[in-house]
Amino acid sequence: MPWLTLTIFLPLAGVLFVLLVPRGNETAARGIALATTILTFAASLGILASFDTNAPGYQLVDQATWVSSIGLKYAVGVDGISLFLVLLTTFLFVIAVLASFRETPNVRALMATILALETFVLGTFLSLDLLLFFLFFEATLLPGYLLIAGWGGDRRASAAIKFFIYTMAGSAFLFLAVLFVYFQAHTFDIRVLSHHAFAVSTGRWLFLGFLVAFAVKAPIVPFHAWQPDAYTEAPTGALLILAGVLPKIATYGLLRFNIGLFPEAAQHFRGLIEILALVGIIYGAVVAIVQTDLKRLIAYSSISHVGFIVLGLFAFTQQGVSGSVLYMVNHALSTGLLFVMVGLLYERMRTRDIGRLGGVASVTPKMAALFLVAGLASMGLPGLNNFASEFLVILGTFGANKVWGSIAAVGVLLSAIYFLWAYQRSMHGPLRDEHATASVRDLTRWEYLVIVPVVVVILFLGLYPKPVLERVNPATCRVKLVYQSAPTPLDCGPLPIATAAHGTRGGGWTMYAPLNVRVDGSP
Amino acid sequence: MTHPPLDFGPVLPELILVGAGLALLVIEAVFKRLSHAWLAGGAFAGILAAGWASVWLWNWTPRAFQRDSAVLGGMVAADKFSVVARLVLLAVAALGIAFGHHYFRRTGEDRGEFYGLVLLCTSGMTLIASANNLIVVFLALEILSLSLYVLTGFSFRLTATEGAMKYFLLGAFSSAFFLYGIAMAYGATDTTSITGIARALSGSTGSDALALAAAGLLAVGFAFKVAAVPFHTWAPDAYQGAPTPVTAYMSAATKVAAFAALLRVFNVAFAPLQWDWTPFIWVLAALSMVVGAVIALSQTDIKRMLAYSSVAQAGFILTGVTVAGQAGIKASMFYLVAYAAMIVGAFGIVMVVSVRGEDRTSISSYAGLARTHPALAGALTLFLASLAGLPPTAGFVAKVGVFGAAVNAGEWPLVLIAVLASVVAAFFYLRVIVIMYTQEPPPGEPVIERATGPSIGIVLVGIVTLVLGVFPGLAYHFLDQASVLRW
Repeated sequence: MPWLTLTIFLPLAGVLFVLLVPRGNETAARGIALATTILTFAASLGILASFDTNAPGYQLVDQATWVSSIGLKYAVGVDGISLFLVLLTTFLFVIAVLASFRETPNVRALMATILALETFVLGTFLSLDLLLFFLFFEATLLPGYLLIAGWGGDRRASAAIKFFIYTMAGSAFLFLAVLFVYFQAHTFDIRVLSHHAFAVSTGRWLFLGFLVAFAVKAPIVPFHAWQPDAYTEAPTGALLILAGVLPKIATYGLLRFNIGLFPEAAQHFRGLIEILALVGIIYGAVVAIVQTDLKRLIAYSSISHVGFIVLGLFAFTQQGVSGSVLYMVNHALSTGLLFVMVGLLYERMRTRDIGRLGGVASVTPKMAALFLVAGLASMGLPGLNNFASEFLVILGTFGANKVWGSIAAVGVLLSAIYFLWAYQRSMHGPLRDEHATASVRDLTRWEYLVIVPVVVVILFLGLYPKPVLERVNPATCRVKLVYQSAPTPLDCGPLPIATAAHGTRGGGWTMYAPLNVRVDGSP
Repeated sequence: MTHPPLDFGPVLPELILVGAGLALLVIEAVFKRLSHAWLAGGAFAGILAAGWASVWLWNWTPRAFQRDSAVLGGMVAADKFSVVARLVLLAVAALGIAFGHHYFRRTGEDRGEFYGLVLLCTSGMTLIASANNLIVVFLALEILSLSLYVLTGFSFRLTATEGAMKYFLLGAFSSAFFLYGIAMAYGATDTTSITGIARALSGSTGSDALALAAAGLLAVGFAFKVAAVPFHTWAPDAYQGAPTPVTAYMSAATKVAAFAALLRVFNVAFAPLQWDWTPFIWVLAALSMVVGAVIALSQTDIKRMLAYSSVAQAGFILTGVTVAGQAGIKASMFYLVAYAAMIVGAFGIVMVVSVRGEDRTSISSYAGLARTHPALAGALTLFLASLAGLPPTAGFVAKVGVFGAAVNAGEWPLVLIAVLASVVAAFFYLRVIVIMYTQEPPPGEPVIERATGPSIGIVLVGIVTLVLGVFPGLAYHFLDQASVLRW
C-alpha cells in the first residue's frame, strides 16, 4: 500500500470534491473537507502502523521519475523524524477544519485552500527529492497567504503581504542554493546528497542559503518581523496550521538539510545560530510579557519556543536533537490550542485586549480552565507535553555548553511569567461590567469537539512520550553518521541522563526510557 | 548549373496564413454585410490549416538533392525549433482572434480588417521563427511590425493612436538599427545567411570588430522588439493604449517570435563569438529584470503594470539566452511557451473585466472580484501566480529551467539578481490578488458581459499553465528535439 503517496494526495482529491459542490451548499463543503482530513489522518495512521521502529533509513519509499530533463523525481519516504510531523499535520488539519466551520464567507474556497495546504505541507515533510521539497515548500506559500488575506482580521491585507514577501525573499535564496546543489552533486536525491562531500566553502555558502529561507519561515530572530502581524490577523482555524505546522517545515528543513547535508558548515556556524536561538528565546519571552493583545502575546511566545527548537537542533547532542523533534510536535499542539482558546474568547468578548478583559473565569469557568491547561502545557508544566521536550532540549544544550543551557533555562522562567500574568489579569479579578451584561455562554458541545482531542494528545505526550521518542531516536542517531565528518561527532553514546535513570528505574525517568535502552543494553 | 526545383513545403504555414489573410481582406471588402462571425471562422480555419502544416513539418526531411535543412536557397530553416515556435504563435493568434471578436463587438469598433491583419501579422511572426537569412528576418520583422502598428491603433480612442504612434516611431528606429546590423554582418562575412555567417566567423582569424558591431546592433534591434531595458520605452504606452485583445496577442506573440529569431541568430550566426555577446545579453537581462520589476511596483493601471512586468519577464527569458547552446535554447523556449500562456490568460481576463471598452483597467477596480466573479478571480489568480513563479504552475518550472541553466553555466550572480527581482515581481502580482480577495466590491458596478469565446480560450490557457506546471515533461519531450538548431 503506497501509504505516503495516499496520505499526501488525499487532501488534493478532497479539493476537487469541495470545488464540485454547488455554490451555496456550505454544509456539504464543510462535510467533505472534514471527511477528507479524517481520512487523511487515518491514512497517516496507516503509515504509523507500517512503520518499522527498528529499520534504519527511510521507509515506505515511493518513487518515480517525474521530469527527467530537469532531474526532478517524485520520491517520498518517512523516517523517525518526519513520522510524527506527518501525524501531527494530519491530526491538526482535522482540528483546523473543525475550528473553521463557522468561518464565512466563501466556505468552499476556504475549505479547498485548507485542504490544498495540507497536501503541500505533507509533501514537504515526506519529500526525498530536494527540488520536490522546494516545490512543496514554495507551494505552501500561496494557500497560507490566501488564508490570511481572505479570512483574516482587519489589517489582514498588510499582514498577508508581509508574510508573503518575507517568506518569498527567503526562499529565493533557497531556490538558488537548491539549483547550486544540483549542479555540484548532479542529483536532487536527499539520500545520495547526504553522502556527498561538498567543498568547505561551497558547503558554507549553501548552508547560509538554506538557513536564510528556514530562518524566515520558522522564524528565527532577527527574521521574525512578519510573524506577529501574520499570526494576529490570521483566522483561528488557519492559525492552527500557520503557527502550528508551517514553522515546523522550517525547523525540519534545518535538521534535514542544513545539518544533514552540510555538517561541516553546521559545525562552523553553530555558535552563531545558537546565539540567535537564545536571543530569540529571551527576546520572544520578554516582548510577550509586555503585550496587551493576547493573540500577539502568544505569537511572541511562539518566537521563544521556536528558539528552543533551534537551540536543541544545534546542540549536537542526541537529547538535544530528539528533544527538538519532540518539541516541534508539542509546540504545535500547545500553541495551536492556545490560539483556539483565544479565538473562542474573542468570539465571546469581542476583544483580546488584556486591559479590557478580566474576570472572564467567573462567567465561563470551563473555558478559562482549558485556557489555563493550554497555557500550562505551553510553559512546560511537568505532566503536560512541552515539559518532556523542553527538558530534553535544555539538558542536551547543557551537555554541549553550560552557559547556553543556563540562559535557555531562564527562558522557561520567563514563559511562566508572561503566561500566568496575562492569565491572571484577563481571567481573574473583578468582572468588568461590559462583560457582565453581555450574555456570554460557556463552551458549547461543538467547541469541545475541537478542544478535547488536542487536550487528550497533550496529556498523553506529557505522560508518555516514549512511543514518540523510541521512533525518533534511531533517526536522530543516524544523523550522527553525517556528523562523523565534522570535528566533534554527535554524541550518541552514554547519555548523562542514563546514570540517573539507572538508579531510579521504574521511577520518574522511565518515560524517557528509549534514551536509556542503548545505554544499559537491556531492551 | 541548374537550380534544383524549389520545395515550398517548409513555408507552407506562412503561405496558408498569407493566403487566408488576403482572402479575408478581400471577402470583407466585397461582402460588406457579411457577419463577422464568418470572418472569425475563416481566420480560425486558416490558423488550423497552418497548424496542420506546421505539425506536418515536424517530421519533414529535406530530399536527397537538398543539402541540409536550410531550404529555399538557404532562406529558411526547416527544423523542429521553428515548428514549436509556429505552433505557439498560431495558438496565440487563435486566442487573439477569439478575444478580438468579442471585444470589438462589445465596443462597437468591429471592423473586418482585424482578422486579416492578425493572420498577416502571424505569418510574419512564424516566418521570423524559421528565417535562416538576415534579410528574411528583416522582412518578417517588418511584416509583423507594420501589422502590429495598425492593430495597436485599431480603436477610436486617442490613447490607442498615441500608443500606435510611439510604437511606430521607436519601431522604425529599431528597424534602422537592425538593418545597419545586417549591413555590418555582410561587411564582415560577405553573406547574410545565418549559417553562412557562422561558417565565415568560425573560419576567420582576423579581427572580429565588424562582426561584433553587427551582433551588437542586431541585439539592439531585437531588444526593442522584446522590450528589454533600456529599449523598452514604447512598451507601456503601446500595451496600455492598444485594445486589450491586441495587447494580449502582441505581448505574447511578439516576444515568442522575436526571441525565436534572437535565439537562432545568436546561437547559430554568432555562435563563434559567444564569449563576446553573452555579457551584452547579461546586462540587458539584469537591467530588464530590475527596472521592469521596480517600475511595475508603482503602477495603478493593470495593463500598464502587466506591461512593465512583461519587461521584467523579458529579463528572465534573457537570463536563459545568456546560456549559449542547447541548454539555454531549451530553457528559454520553455519559458516562452509558459509565458505566452500566462500573459495571454492574464490580458484575456483584463479584457473580459473591462466591461465596455477600456474602462475598469485600474487595479483598484478589481476590488472584490472574488466575491462577484469567483471564476474570473480564480483564473486571474492562477495566471498571476504563474507569472510570479509559484508552483505548481508553468511559471515555476520555467523559472527553474532558465535559472538552473544559468547557474550551471556559472552565471549565479545574474540568477541572484533574477530571484531577487522575482520577489519584487511577486509583490505586485500579489497585490492584485489581495485586492480581489480582501476588499469589498464597490457598489453599482456594471455587469460583466458573458463572453463565451474568450472564456473557452482562457480555460484552455489555464489548463496549459497548470499542466505545464505539473507535467513539464510533456513539453520537454518535444523541446529536447526542438532545441537543436540544425545548420
